[in-house]
Amino acid sequence: MEYDSHECDVLVIGAGGAGMRAALAALEKGCSVILLSKSVLGKAHTVMAEGGIAASVANVDSKDDWKVHLKDTITEGDYLGNWRMAEILAKEAPDAVYELERMGALFDRTEDGRIMQRAFGGHTYRRLCHVGDRTGLELIRTLEDRIIHRNVQVFDETVVTSLAMKNGRVIGAMGFHMRTGMFAAFSAGSVIMATGGLGRIYKITSNSWESTGDGIALAFGAGAELSDMEMVQFHPTGMVWPPAMRGLLVTEGVRGEGGILYNSRNERFMLKYSPKKKELDARDVVARSIYYEIQKGNGTEHGGVYLDIAYKGRDFIMKKLPGMYAQFMEFAGVDITKERMEVAPTVHYFMGGIRVDPDTCATSVKGLYAAGECAGGLHGANRLGGNSLAEILVFGKHAGEHASDYARHAAMQRVGGDAIRKEALRVSRYLSGAKDRVNPYPLVEQLRGNMQDRLGIIRNRDDMERGLDAVKGIRSRLSKVGVAGTMEFNKGLIECITLENMLTLAECMFLSALERKESRGAHTRSDYPKKSRIWKVNITCTGRNNRIALSRRKLTEPPEELAGMIGEEHYD
Amino acid sequence: MKSITIDKTVKLRVFRKDPKKAAGERYDEFDVPVEEGMSVLDAVNYAVENLDSTIAVRWNCKAARCGSCAAEINSLPRLMCKTRISDLGNVITVGPMRAFPLVRDLVADVSSNFKIDRNIPEFRPRAAGKEPWIMYDADVSRSHEFRLCIECFLCQDVCHVVRDHNAKYFGPRHIVKAASLDMHPLDSADRSVMLTKQGGLGLCNVTKCCQEVCPEHISITDNAIIPEKERAADKMYDPVLMLLDRLKKPNVEKDEKDGHEHQ
Repeated sequence: MEYDSHECDVLVIGAGGAGMRAALAALEKGCSVILLSKSVLGKAHTVMAEGGIAASVANVDSKDDWKVHLKDTITEGDYLGNWRMAEILAKEAPDAVYELERMGALFDRTEDGRIMQRAFGGHTYRRLCHVGDRTGLELIRTLEDRIIHRNVQVFDETVVTSLAMKNGRVIGAMGFHMRTGMFAAFSAGSVIMATGGLGRIYKITSNSWESTGDGIALAFGAGAELSDMEMVQFHPTGMVWPPAMRGLLVTEGVRGEGGILYNSRNERFMLKYSPKKKELDARDVVARSIYYEIQKGNGTEHGGVYLDIAYKGRDFIMKKLPGMYAQFMEFAGVDITKERMEVAPTVHYFMGGIRVDPDTCATSVKGLYAAGECAGGLHGANRLGGNSLAEILVFGKHAGEHASDYARHAAMQRVGGDAIRKEALRVSRYLSGAKDRVNPYPLVEQLRGNMQDRLGIIRNRDDMERGLDAVKGIRSRLSKVGVAGTMEFNKGLIECITLENMLTLAECMFLSALERKESRGAHTRSDYPKKSRIWKVNITCTGRNNRIALSRRKLTEPPEELAGMIGEEHYD
Repeated sequence: MKSITIDKTVKLRVFRKDPKKAAGERYDEFDVPVEEGMSVLDAVNYAVENLDSTIAVRWNCKAARCGSCAAEINSLPRLMCKTRISDLGNVITVGPMRAFPLVRDLVADVSSNFKIDRNIPEFRPRAAGKEPWIMYDADVSRSHEFRLCIECFLCQDVCHVVRDHNAKYFGPRHIVKAASLDMHPLDSADRSVMLTKQGGLGLCNVTKCCQEVCPEHISITDNAIIPEKERAADKMYDPVLMLLDRLKKPNVEKDEKDGHEHQ
């Protein structure tokens, strides 16, 4: 069998913001770097980030500083976030923003020429540094331009199917190039996972094609511990009409710039659910409020609520939210400078993921690091808008630096020919041409519907148990799944691989959600509606002998000085 | 755009070809049931998921933000995710971008674009500016238009200069890239001469096809190409400077050599 073989100090899997930032950091440390991407370079889900980068540069509200940012991150994460990660994020985000500016990013400006900041849900002060409603695009283009001008070996449209291991250490990865269908072995001193989230495991999501949680499943397969797998963020505002566009994100920037939510009775219902913060309360609160309104029969014709920004006038909207104007005009035929938008919650972000050391981004497996959405811990039970773009820059850099340190001292182990041949056999079984093969697409749709219906905004034991059974039912058919065609650019084949990954993650998610018998942040249970002190733990999943083992890990307490800044957690 | 009434199903004609195989190109036909608001990408995906999973197609965000699904729809370069079925009628023909080498079916190999980008000098800030930098919205906004580019490469696809003189002209996307850097208020480089000598900017005869197909509505020709051409003309053909240059360095071949050094 023909395959190509590559070697480097640091292998980065995933070329969104976190992966690119990690690659640049490793390069600065003098390491040779290979960057792998499932899609074409520059297309990663980061391009869809709209609102901005949360950083307390205090250009607009001079009282802001890292301490308030830390407090907001922990309290709005319902005290489940890792204090050390939040501290690192809050302290280093301003530098990350200025660093991006020095690389050539052009942020919107204040009148006196500094970086402009906008208000966002859950942030005490106006904190989000932004480029209109295209911040993610600017971030990725800036990093991409650095990458292509430097000595990073990029393989795009390359799918990783498993990590290569030796003596309990990750020594590289295996996969194939989509355009040629050729298998590839990547040997590396250390490996960084930067593969993003898993929104596509749900039916209604704002996430792009590649957000299928591959990296989280691969790490789990290599023995890494996963954390907070029950914590899925529903963004309050996704498009609901037309049906083909359902789930597409309507940026929080609309509410940040003054957008108001109304139900079909024309009531500004957020006054009732959150009299103080109103539309700009944390995402879990606003999403639940919208959900309750729709459940009560106060929804719109297409099953959403109204979001109004038209009252701000055309000039304001065209300057601040041009992308939203175009999105509604082109996809729904709605002029948001004149009409209200119809919106409903959509799966947007995954707070859980691979458990990492807060300072080094090291996972529980030697040689494996993780950064960005695929890593868990920072956001706790709810993520604040703008914290993810800050996270990918800050922790992408950390991961790149620490993975480089590891790689420098690790003996290079080559991924062997036997291993890659075995992997090729495993993957190509989906192309066996068996007559009774099962099409993966309907199974994926079934799984996505199952997650939507049974692990949604409001959960309960019966639903989740049924959901878990359904996942196992789909898994029992996995051995029959297959598609026609060859290894070359075969999206059906990738769907088979993705399905396998998604099933593992779905099981972890249901098990963790069943385990957490309380309501905290994004995890709301109708059978356990209250938050409970005994559940101030991270629920973690590890694979043992083909079974998922759950454990509870107590959160470490912050040092006194930080605890004072964060403040006491309250229980009813 | 005016909506045309359509039947409950549309006929989707999909370009099929594997360049590694002897068989020539063909169009496969699929009947696709229509849902409200459906895009051409939805229709292609329906065919992939239900009728023929071997169709090669590239897509990502399905929201016109990533530029992956660029194709030729009824012979016009457009994004599949952004083209409504209801705007097209009952028969829809989809093919790959023809200005690029074919991978298979609807997928074009766009990797040449990254090689071209490598020739365009990256952002070079002016030395010793006090940090954090002060810049004003009025100056920043000139560059912002070009930063809307989602790298779909439809402008490259439609450009007859790229098609006819492929290796000699960088193409509209890359002039936009250079302009986005040249118009950064604190950038110290000038890319116009390089674009002309090495990037074949002079070959563009401003037919404006590129800005017509840009899904981000960037005025590629008016705001990027023409200003870069003008700047290059100022630098390269200013009679006083040319005279001074000639007096200083009698070697008239100098410019020619400079151009080659970049490559």
